[in-house]
Amino acid sequence: MTEHSLLRRFTPHLYLWIAIFILVFPLWLVFVASTRTSMEILAAPMPLTPGPHFLENYKAAIMQGNKNLGASALMMLKNSLIMALGISTGKILISLLAAFAIVFFNFKLRSFCFWSIFVTLMLPVEVRIMPTYKVISDLGMLNSYSGLILPMVVSATAVFLFRQYFMTIPREMAEASQIDGASSVQFFWHVLLPMTRTPIAAMFVIQFIYGWNQYLWPLLITTKQSFYTILIGINRMLSGADVVIEWQIVMATTLLAMIPPAFVVIVMQKQFISGMTDREK
Amino acid sequence: MSNQYEFKSRLLPYLLVLPQMVIVVVFFFWPSAQAIWQSFFLQDPFGGRLIFVGIDNYLKLFFDPSSSYVDSFQVSIIFALAVTSLSMCLSLFLAVQVNRKMKLSTFYKTMLIWPYAVATMVAGVLWLFMFNPNVGVIAWLLKHQLGIEWQHLLNTNQALLLITMAASWKQISYNFVFFLAGLQSVPADLVEAAAIDGAGPVRRFWTIVFPLLSPTTFYLLVMNLVYGFFETFPIVHQVTAGGPGKSTSILVYKVWRDGVINLDLGGSSAQSVILMILVIGLTVIQFRFIERRVNY
Repeated sequence: MTEHSLLRRFTPHLYLWIAIFILVFPLWLVFVASTRTSMEILAAPMPLTPGPHFLENYKAAIMQGNKNLGASALMMLKNSLIMALGISTGKILISLLAAFAIVFFNFKLRSFCFWSIFVTLMLPVEVRIMPTYKVISDLGMLNSYSGLILPMVVSATAVFLFRQYFMTIPREMAEASQIDGASSVQFFWHVLLPMTRTPIAAMFVIQFIYGWNQYLWPLLITTKQSFYTILIGINRMLSGADVVIEWQIVMATTLLAMIPPAFVVIVMQKQFISGMTDREK
Repeated sequence: MSNQYEFKSRLLPYLLVLPQMVIVVVFFFWPSAQAIWQSFFLQDPFGGRLIFVGIDNYLKLFFDPSSSYVDSFQVSIIFALAVTSLSMCLSLFLAVQVNRKMKLSTFYKTMLIWPYAVATMVAGVLWLFMFNPNVGVIAWLLKHQLGIEWQHLLNTNQALLLITMAASWKQISYNFVFFLAGLQSVPADLVEAAAIDGAGPVRRFWTIVFPLLSPTTFYLLVMNLVYGFFETFPIVHQVTAGGPGKSTSILVYKVWRDGVINLDLGGSSAQSVILMILVIGLTVIQFRFIERRVNY
């Protein structure tokens, strides 16, 4: 670069460290609180260094959860995982099929299908809360995994991304595979899918996080503890007004809730960034 | 689509799009149509009898002061604009800092990106924990060091400030990823040429880099407004529950509350329809813009 003075080289680092502090400090507090006792947290100000109760608190959170909640973190993590995996794989699967049909086949309702899927972009859950709830309840899907997953698996963005990608594949490949005697299904399975690995991985990262972090929908349709996702559990633990909140358990659960998506983002950072920024194009 | 080789099959393509289409119709089109339909009716909460009331539900929202819909609109706009400007400015600033040859740049990127994984609801919990009047560390500091009594459940401004900070905090990494990608695509020789011509770093940024970033900035502007308006429900639900009073009851929170808690089906449906129009508007703006950029 063009600047050489020491100060100019140093200041960006300073700004970045301040930013990192602001981003990490809340997390540190959560961690500290999860290693302390309820008494220590309530005796304001709470200490800013970890205490000795790490194992005890996490064991309590994972095995039993908050006293008044009736759901352990282990069970809620399982529910969140099922929901996140169900939503992400479901989205990818049906979007791949739809994009394959739209790009490689000529059928009457092709553009109708494409536009129908496209329009869902404009209908997020937030704008159709009550009627969607009613559909789920009419179908008997309240408090069920299918109720948590199915309404979320349509993805205009995934269909777009795969369609875009399929369109860059030279048409000669499809032609050649058919001359070699492969059916369209074989072409999809043996040629197209292996080629699409990178966009699929990118989509998976984004949709897994999307699925894991769903809040409004599970809030609406889970009333039984056994179907609480971890985020709903945290909300319920904090909303008991009369009872003293067990902060150390809540904070341990909060940290546990952050680990899976953070892990995915950090490990698959490259795919994640390309998946996000490609969407814009 | 026409330059693609096409397989010949009558039935197969329909089978392939079937799963997607079934879900689109059952969980998107049908409920949306229901919302529009119900917005013209008043439902008696006990018998479930529907009474046609025309556009009364809409009129009530805008002209009946007890519905406080106009207030909700106002606070949503303030909130969305505050979140958008705060998080976009910070992210752009940070992306500029990282976008140079420097030590630790990979580490910095990772540290700035991870909050993307934090659920909006969890962001609310994190900030709630810092500012909780009884146990919050920051609340304690404010009170004992600066003499500021932090009571976001009683103080309207503090409530709005708290949800704005939490929502912006969560959105920084999203914006950061896009700004950094945008900055990396700015041609380096252009910037260097300006430097040789004697333009200082600040001038170089505003006259060369920033204009070249405008597609990214515009895209993020729309996405952040969408986030501020529609995706911040978890923060409001968790941190303030729309309070104190109804002062932080943003549109998505209100539609949920009126529908699920107050069981006002007609009013909630009318709000849904208004929100739909808002989303459609924002999406159209976005695609208009993308189209233009393709030609450009």
